[in-house]
Amino acid sequence: MSTTTETQPSRTVYTRPRRSAMKWLLDAGLRRNMGLIFALLLLCALGAFTAGDRFADSNNMMTIVRLAAVTGVVSIGATFVITIAGIDLSVGAILALSAVWATTVSGQAFAESSSWIFMALTAMAVGAAAGLINGILIAYGKVVSFITTLAMMAAARGLAEIISDKKTQIITVEPFLKAVGGDVFGVPVIVLIFILVAIGGWVLLNRTTFGRRTFAIGGNPEAARLAGIKVERHTMAIYALAGLCAGIGALMLMARTTTGSATHGTGLELDVIAAVVIGGTLLTGGRGSIFGTVLGVLIFSTLTNLFTLNNLSLSVQLVAKGAIIVSAVLIQRQLARRAQRT
Amino acid sequence: MFTRTQRPSKMLGAAALLATSAFMLTACVSNAPAETASTGAAAAAPAAAGSNAEAGEKVTIGFSVPAADHGFMAAMTDLAVETAKEYPDVELKVAEGTNDVSVQISQVETMINDKVDAIVLLPFDGAALTQVAQKAMDAGIPVINVDREFSTAQSSRVTVLGDNYGVGVSAGDFICNELDGKKDAKIGEIPGIDSLPLTQDRSRGFEDALEKCGLEVSNRVPAEFTVESGEKAASNLLQAAPHLDAIWNHDDDQGVGVLAAIKAADRDEFFMVGNGGSANMMREIQSGDSVVKATTVYPAYQAADGVRVARLVAQDKALGDLLDIEIPRQIVLYAAVVTAENVEKYLPTAFES
Repeated sequence: MSTTTETQPSRTVYTRPRRSAMKWLLDAGLRRNMGLIFALLLLCALGAFTAGDRFADSNNMMTIVRLAAVTGVVSIGATFVITIAGIDLSVGAILALSAVWATTVSGQAFAESSSWIFMALTAMAVGAAAGLINGILIAYGKVVSFITTLAMMAAARGLAEIISDKKTQIITVEPFLKAVGGDVFGVPVIVLIFILVAIGGWVLLNRTTFGRRTFAIGGNPEAARLAGIKVERHTMAIYALAGLCAGIGALMLMARTTTGSATHGTGLELDVIAAVVIGGTLLTGGRGSIFGTVLGVLIFSTLTNLFTLNNLSLSVQLVAKGAIIVSAVLIQRQLARRAQRT
Repeated sequence: MFTRTQRPSKMLGAAALLATSAFMLTACVSNAPAETASTGAAAAAPAAAGSNAEAGEKVTIGFSVPAADHGFMAAMTDLAVETAKEYPDVELKVAEGTNDVSVQISQVETMINDKVDAIVLLPFDGAALTQVAQKAMDAGIPVINVDREFSTAQSSRVTVLGDNYGVGVSAGDFICNELDGKKDAKIGEIPGIDSLPLTQDRSRGFEDALEKCGLEVSNRVPAEFTVESGEKAASNLLQAAPHLDAIWNHDDDQGVGVLAAIKAADRDEFFMVGNGGSANMMREIQSGDSVVKATTVYPAYQAADGVRVARLVAQDKALGDLLDIEIPRQIVLYAAVVTAENVEKYLPTAFES
């Protein structure tokens, strides 16, 4: 396993495309994610076949992407973490902590008297701060990411319960609900946020030095260090980024539910990891795909929608979800292997 | 596991086949009659007599509940599905249980897209589902809110719920009565999920009732409605309190775990009052040699009643026997106390957990 991953970054990252950038982009994106696109199309075909117009309806499409938005934004951050061979189990708890912190009585009173934007900023700041703590412990404390974020998962959820006194905090700041919970030209704002974060994440990972360093560290941290990359600082920044994404997810869920609650985002970390992994990002690091992650999230939310439309049980859906995860990973591996040989 | 010499096309095909067959399989399995395993003892009463029982125009009712991860919630779901089957004019669309508010919101959105005639909604978190319920109401779809209340009453046409404050009072009164003026009695309380307003209401009712006879809760350890959490909470409670006079446990399902812990600790200096009304607890009460002396009724058939009410609202009918030509805004089910004396009467309404 390790021998194959170590050779990958040099292939995917440092070889400049000879063809035009646009063509290369389409090519690489489509080829690498062929299995996922196939799966998504299959789901859509199943949806159209079993539920007909009810599935293809534009309102239903919006229902699917609205459901995907929160998990999607958090998954973008997690893609970076997993690309450096890390794991973040704390995103769901950080989301809850951010949501609760931003919706306290005093926080809402302040937002009421000044601007709703402070509620959004609080959620993002809390998320980023919690992520930063993860990052410091992992990068400088040398605690493995699994344990660090497991601890954060417990601590952040507990702190969220303490702050909220285990009560659901109802948001009364109307401007916030209007701004984040509303629509722009018929597109829900939370979907727009998802699109923006996805584009931002793609550019950051594929078109900047930051992204190139991310791949390098994921492929081989020792080689990256020898190449002069400040591995610790970079690792810390990536966990802070994942926390920030959880904070953004928090403010989206706040708008969607009009509440802040310590139960928000329960089990989210597993949905996120599933989406990132079926998206083709390797848990062993060195390879990551934002486009794949977006497809992964869409596949799961389409699946949920399909089951709801057909009155099927969510327990069966879990079985299907398991089958999809395994199938997608098998397909990805075969495609990657085939690409390697040609 | 895989070697490089394997033929990729074959593997690829196999993987794709696996994915497709998974869908086919799920589709086949789920088309079979879904609710063959019912709750049994809690056979719902036959459709009420009178003109309301006659089939009216066909109505489609959407139904969404939290995950059936404990017996009470499973019984709620099963009874609702059973009740819908008794009415040929009702098509119940069950969006099955989820504890993810985001998923539950999308389920309700789908029902709005489908333009169902009414929605019966038992939210995981009432406040979090209020906005989407309001959206349904705005779209002209009456929403029947069951068990866990929305943050604004206007977001539902009818609210059907058990009397949460009432069960607390009933349990408190029963304990006061049994202890008969005993001062400095030690009372333990094992609530369910503490973040739910219904839990807070129950505890408030319990405290208020105890206060009337000069008692107060000395030890309180919350559980999470599941057997496992009940066992854990009760073990901790028994450790913390070397002597107790009475325990009120908020949920008969977690009660199974609570009883297991009491048995393991070999304690019987106190008596226990349950809540919910499971067949299990009622049999304990009936046996006479259990620490369980009573349980307060928090009916598992409230979602089923929600479906019945939804049908009446959608068909524009009224409740029989009342002069009101509309369905009332709120229906609160009575918090009766089941003891050895009246257990026969309540056993048929109990749910199997």
